Amino acid sequence: MINWGNFISQCFNGLVLGALLALISSGLTIIYGTLGVLNLAHGAMFMLGGYAGWVAYTYSGSFIVGVAAGSLFVMLVGIVVERLIIRNFYGRPHEDQLLVTFGLGIVFVEAVRFFFGSLSKMTPPPSSLVGIMNLGFMFYPTYRIALLGIVAVALIALFVVLYRTRIGMIVRAGIEDAVMVDSLGIDVYKIFMLVFGIGAMAAGFAGIVNAPVVAIAPDVGEGILVQTFVVVVIGGVGSFPGAVLGGLIAGEIISITSMFDPAYSYVMLFAAMVIVLVVRPYGLLGTKGRE
Amino acid sequence: MLKQRPFLVETLTAIGLILAPILLPYLDFAPNTVNRILVWGLFGIGFDILFGYTGLLSFGQSAFYGTGGMVAAYLLTRAGFPYVTPAIVAGTVAAAVTGYLVGLIALRRTGIYFAMITVAIAEVFFYLEFNPLSEWTGGENGLPGVPTPTLNLGFTTIHFTTGWSLYQYLAGCYFVGIVVALRIVRSPVGTILRAIRENPLRAAAVGHNIHAYKLTAFVIAAAYAGFAGGLLGVLQGFMPYEAFVFDTSGQLVMQTAIGGAGTLFGPLVGATVWLFLQDFLQAALHLGAAWKLVLGLVFVLLVCFLRHGIIGGIKDLYDLLARGPAKKAELRDAAAVSGMAAADEQKVAEREIAQEPAAIPLPAHNPVPSGFSGPILQATGLTKHYGGVVANSDIDFSVNPGELRGIIGPNGAGKTTFFKMLTCEVPPTSGKIVFEGRDITGMSVTDVCQLGLTKSYQINQLFNRLTVGENLTIAALAELRGKFKLDLFKNPRHIPGLMEQVEHTLELVNLADRIDTPVSDLAYGEK
Repeated sequence: MINWGNFISQCFNGLVLGALLALISSGLTIIYGTLGVLNLAHGAMFMLGGYAGWVAYTYSGSFIVGVAAGSLFVMLVGIVVERLIIRNFYGRPHEDQLLVTFGLGIVFVEAVRFFFGSLSKMTPPPSSLVGIMNLGFMFYPTYRIALLGIVAVALIALFVVLYRTRIGMIVRAGIEDAVMVDSLGIDVYKIFMLVFGIGAMAAGFAGIVNAPVVAIAPDVGEGILVQTFVVVVIGGVGSFPGAVLGGLIAGEIISITSMFDPAYSYVMLFAAMVIVLVVRPYGLLGTKGRE
Repeated sequence: MLKQRPFLVETLTAIGLILAPILLPYLDFAPNTVNRILVWGLFGIGFDILFGYTGLLSFGQSAFYGTGGMVAAYLLTRAGFPYVTPAIVAGTVAAAVTGYLVGLIALRRTGIYFAMITVAIAEVFFYLEFNPLSEWTGGENGLPGVPTPTLNLGFTTIHFTTGWSLYQYLAGCYFVGIVVALRIVRSPVGTILRAIRENPLRAAAVGHNIHAYKLTAFVIAAAYAGFAGGLLGVLQGFMPYEAFVFDTSGQLVMQTAIGGAGTLFGPLVGATVWLFLQDFLQAALHLGAAWKLVLGLVFVLLVCFLRHGIIGGIKDLYDLLARGPAKKAELRDAAAVSGMAAADEQKVAEREIAQEPAAIPLPAHNPVPSGFSGPILQATGLTKHYGGVVANSDIDFSVNPGELRGIIGPNGAGKTTFFKMLTCEVPPTSGKIVFEGRDITGMSVTDVCQLGLTKSYQINQLFNRLTVGENLTIAALAELRGKFKLDLFKNPRHIPGLMEQVEHTLELVNLADRIDTPVSDLAYGEK
């Protein structure tokens, strides 16, 4: 018989995980949508964020400083990587882009392993968010509730930037047709650099705020990357709302399946992906032709 | 060069494999390293057919490597099946069947999606192996106690143990693998796979069922992976769960890219570089765990600067040195003949539409059904809406046998839409198309082309990196072999009528002397 208290708490876990996946996936999907590059180093960006935040936290003792410094660091890494390497790959086949970002992912992971070792690192949550909260119907870790709020704010911020600003309008135009944007007299390369930076930052930010929940290790991004792929396939490549919807669906599937048997959570996630592929090959909110 | 001496590559491979145990010890290669290189090389042959030849980059080959290995190892250990080679074959078959099922899902999409889906599927296999199936697979312990193979020759039995002794067995397997792969890439199927890599839409439009061919390549890759997986168990004496991890797929991709994709030997070269550097960096330079960082950097630089891997780099260098002056002369010739060829090609296309079999030595693939009379192509009430825009509205049109018809109109009148509907590239909103008395409305481009109806394109649609001869072969093959046929081991020169058809067409367009020139080197008019 299902334990309903447990069920609700797992649904809540799913919501937190889903929001996190939504944030990471929207980073991946706006980069792909705008630049046409699937960033296989996106999982490594998540991991880099976690480590950068941990380092900043260790030196400053402040979680907020950790989050800010970590996000900015990952954004900077994204911008540098785009400027130095990815830019040379826009004219090359998709396969080359996959290869180079895959290689970059390995370099990041191994560089972190080289400097910080393979042991996992724990960043504690800020003291005000430690402990367990009584929600009336169940007890739930305070930080996880805060995390849900933090990620929701980040997603809304991303939404506002994408849909309510001039830059966002250009980025969305770039997702539809980058060549056209370029020929309208807008320096599309600057936009590309910015988008790569923002996309990387979304993953990096998620990496830091998640660090108090799950300890970080050099290869923590690998599993995240795979889950992100499933999210993007379910939601539709290049679609920001699709990433959010896909993320929430994936988060709930993983959490609810884990309640019965964690071993099957991936299998169920995969089954959902197959169903979407069969019924709506372009994803729930994707459009044909964005490939 | 390869055409005159058909078994040159096979012979050189055999010589190389025989010389390796004599020469490699001088280069500080341990026998175990060489054996691992062979297993990775074999694993990579199938992957190269999938990635290098067909252009499908999969990051999920570990699923089949692990499946093949686990099935073979399970038979040999838990099930008590005593024969090593048949067990490996069983593993190969199991991997191929798995590949077929996975391919049905993964190949629903191409490009980026395909890469993402293969990653996700491989991860599922990893979790299945690790938890629900651990009773059979040993979970994180793997399956220990895989025996080494023996070969019964009747008069004596050879026991392969470890080191150079096992090398003989693995080298034999590798040789079989490479010979089979060479046959495949030289077969009609191989040519079509390359056509799919270059221009999938065009390959479908000349009448090949590209989905079935992609699935074929996927199954071949899975079978090779399973084969190599079985050998991994034999090599290590136990079957590790690590065969299933994402890193395995990643390492395979990187080795293939390092060596050079589309060469079959690239993965072997890549594996040699990888494993040698791994040993060298760890042991000689005392880098410890940082070896992978160095290899990652090397890989990124290689992808940036040496696009076709080591073998590709050597080839380019060779071409640059040997063919540099020759190419310039060729280009001058090219300019001279370019003018008239274009006009000729247009005529060929028209003839095909009008179905004048006299110009083509092949018998018509689908003869007109007997007793059929009336218009060969007839459209009634053809209408196409794009959203609210009406491109074509209620067109009635018919062509009689032997008749040439023209369609004129200003830009945007809907001529192209109309043609696309006739050849079934675009489905009409309403209306009906009848070709030779058959209703073809809503059929696929491939099916319609197989019936004998196609069009030439406004912008030329070619397989750019293939030669003139290959380009024509691909179209001729569609007519001769139909939508899909699995003649994996056939020599294309043994197909009756194929070479004649290709040569005839070449003469028609004045390109007979340039049959081996890549299309990308032709002048625009010649295309």
